[in-house]
Amino acid sequence: MHLVLFFIFGGLCVAGALNLLLQRHPINSALSLIVVMSSLAVLYLLLGAEFLAAAQVIVYSGAVMVLFTFVIMLLNAGLEERTRGSKAAYIVGFPGAAALFALLAYMFLQNSGPLGGARLGDYLVTTADLSRVLFRDLLLPFEVTSLLILVAILGAVALARREH
Amino acid sequence: MVVPIYYYLILSAILFCIGVAAFLIKRNIITVFMSIELMLNAVNLSFVAFANHWHQVSGQIFVFFVMVVAAAEAAVGLAIIIALFRARSTLNVDAVDLMKL
Repeated sequence: MHLVLFFIFGGLCVAGALNLLLQRHPINSALSLIVVMSSLAVLYLLLGAEFLAAAQVIVYSGAVMVLFTFVIMLLNAGLEERTRGSKAAYIVGFPGAAALFALLAYMFLQNSGPLGGARLGDYLVTTADLSRVLFRDLLLPFEVTSLLILVAILGAVALARREH
Repeated sequence: MVVPIYYYLILSAILFCIGVAAFLIKRNIITVFMSIELMLNAVNLSFVAFANHWHQVSGQIFVFFVMVVAAAEAAVGLAIIIALFRARSTLNVDAVDLMKL
């Protein structure tokens, strides 16, 4: 069951990511990125991270992607055009990414023995466990993030404002 | 039934490399920005997989902070894109080459 779910949602992730790469209209890329993020939430659940699965759906596939689609529609972005610079990127991009993947996959397969496996329901981090660490041991970093978000809001408003 | 952890890590590597390829190949600045989000998500998956392997909460705490920073980054980045579009009225990254020699 666990393996089947992993392959279904892992396959959806890879298909969505490839679709992001292949589509030429930004709105299609944005919608396939939503597929990737939602399937990643299911994978988080399989790994026993229930709070992060909810946060992934709310923050990423909800807030961040809504912001992306909003900006795409606001700027009325059309098909991307082919230009001179993209040729060099094609020549370097695909082999570079493939080499990076080969390196990472070799490293993971080399250490596949000691890494072990994940059993469904074997290890579950509840929201209580997470918040105990977050609000007791890491209270200062948590408060600093609120400052970061405040600065980000102010920066976004200042940047996007129409100048007179 | 047991799913080996390295399956998750290889899935994360696949997603990360697709993100790198999209970052290099795409010409639309919004799509380039979306591929950065894809790479962040891939790294988050490997954090959660390692958290499961070591039975530690800290991996998930890292993911939490990455999510917070990514949300802030998306807001600022999209504001920059809007400002850029106002100034140059294009979304093509090759057209924004004022700092190129």
